[in-house]
Amino acid sequence: MMNTKDKYFRYIVYLGLLIGLVFSTFPVIWILSSSFKSNTEIFSLPPKIIPDSITLIAYNSIFEDKDKIQFFVNSYFVSLIVTALTLFIAILSGYSFSRFNFKLKRFLNLTIISTQTIPPISLLIPYFGMVVFFKIFDTYIALILTYLVFTLPYATLMMTSYFNSLPNELDDAVLVDGGSQFQALSKVLVPISLPGIVATCVYTFLLCWNEFLFALTLTKSTEMRTLPIGIQLLMGQHSYEWNEMMAMSILGTLPILFLYLFAQKYFLAGLTSGSVKL
Amino acid sequence: MVIPMIIVFKYSLYDNVIMNRNPTFIGLNNYVKIISNNTFWIALYNTLYFTIFSIIFHLLIGIVFALMLNYTHLNYILKSILRVFYILPWLFTATIIAVIWRLLLDPLGIINHILNYLNIIENYIEWFSSTDTALNSVTFVNVWAGYPFYMVSLLAGLQSVPQDLYEAASIDGANKIQKFIHVTLPHLKPIILTIILLDFIWTMQVFPLIWMTTGGGPLYATEMLSTFTYKLAFSSYKLSLASASAFIVLLISLSVSIFYIKKQFNKE
Repeated sequence: MMNTKDKYFRYIVYLGLLIGLVFSTFPVIWILSSSFKSNTEIFSLPPKIIPDSITLIAYNSIFEDKDKIQFFVNSYFVSLIVTALTLFIAILSGYSFSRFNFKLKRFLNLTIISTQTIPPISLLIPYFGMVVFFKIFDTYIALILTYLVFTLPYATLMMTSYFNSLPNELDDAVLVDGGSQFQALSKVLVPISLPGIVATCVYTFLLCWNEFLFALTLTKSTEMRTLPIGIQLLMGQHSYEWNEMMAMSILGTLPILFLYLFAQKYFLAGLTSGSVKL
Repeated sequence: MVIPMIIVFKYSLYDNVIMNRNPTFIGLNNYVKIISNNTFWIALYNTLYFTIFSIIFHLLIGIVFALMLNYTHLNYILKSILRVFYILPWLFTATIIAVIWRLLLDPLGIINHILNYLNIIENYIEWFSSTDTALNSVTFVNVWAGYPFYMVSLLAGLQSVPQDLYEAASIDGANKIQKFIHVTLPHLKPIILTIILLDFIWTMQVFPLIWMTTGGGPLYATEMLSTFTYKLAFSSYKLSLASASAFIVLLISLSVSIFYIKKQFNKE
């Protein structure tokens, strides 16, 4: 039996949940709705969540514009390459961190945790200097190399802690059968580390996909710009194409939404493992 | 990582790097210039204001949402659906968040319209371009964008609180608030400390959100250490001066990070 006090408490919770829902979701619904409006209808009064005439104008003009498609291509290309490279290196280095003992291990661990906290703005100018020096300014290589520096430390840490959770006996079994360390890693450890690998991939991909500061500074030509910078360029134009910007935002969030919905567990692991060890 | 840090320090001691092939060594002069620059202090104040209020509201909203989602009488399916919706702001990258809120907070935008309709405001407010509201507006946007991280972390923490502790508290006659203060909070304390430290480090580094909404303006009202440094480097091309500023930012950040690093390292 519930007493009245509990009942009121329940209503308050429901009310709170409703307010929370509006707070978190309304802006998202609004951009979704705006992306299906024509640009003249964006500020029309009274505002409507479901537009009078649902139009794909904004999406069409994005898909017809080579420059805008290029933003997406660049973002996907750079993010996927960096994710693949990071994963490859992190598996190897994570394995050696986990299985071999060497003197500087503690020190390296400390360095990796520390790098997570360095403000990117402090590194921007030397990177700019180096990129100009090596003549790779405004190229994919500049972005890929820079992002690798940012993703590798933490990706290595993630893979190390995953390998640490797997018993050494697994490797021993392969070694006893005459296999090499490398075989132990590739044939046994990697296949069963899938959750750790997915979490590492998600972490790396998100970091690259969202990166702004370095993409802004290390590239210059429109063909090299990634999506976040592309959106910024759209904002810089004189007449705002709000509906197009909203459609770009929706399209730019799809891969993250997709990762979130289909790999929810790993997604959260990828984003929170740095802070909360459960 | 270490090498660029040394380079940035080296740059900061010269008068004009990268642009000029033979820069001269001028010692700590750049640091003196930065510290005597008024805008630097405004940027420092703004960054601290932005960071501290972001953290306070992140924590408040994060705890309240996590508690509500953890409410025992809530249907399981409803709970899962709500969780997805509550996490939504987290899925957007900073540039997109900036664009979204520029539309919503446009003088002719929906927020002004609703507030006006409800008779809360009379005139349409220029949220991002008025010196009175700009700093609070960007802070609000950051609160919206950042609370899900707290919520998710705290929710995980809440689910690991042993139920028998609550039962024991009930037997002792504790009410809901007492249970929260004496059982829930102590259990969440380590998580809260870690995420606050991490949030502090991350929020101090804010760049895209500011760059895309106000660009540091109007009249330095939202100038942050990051935008201040960026402008020095890439708008006025004073790369050495910017390096000095970047190194100061690094030192400030490290002074906080040291706690986080210690904490993480003790866990290992």
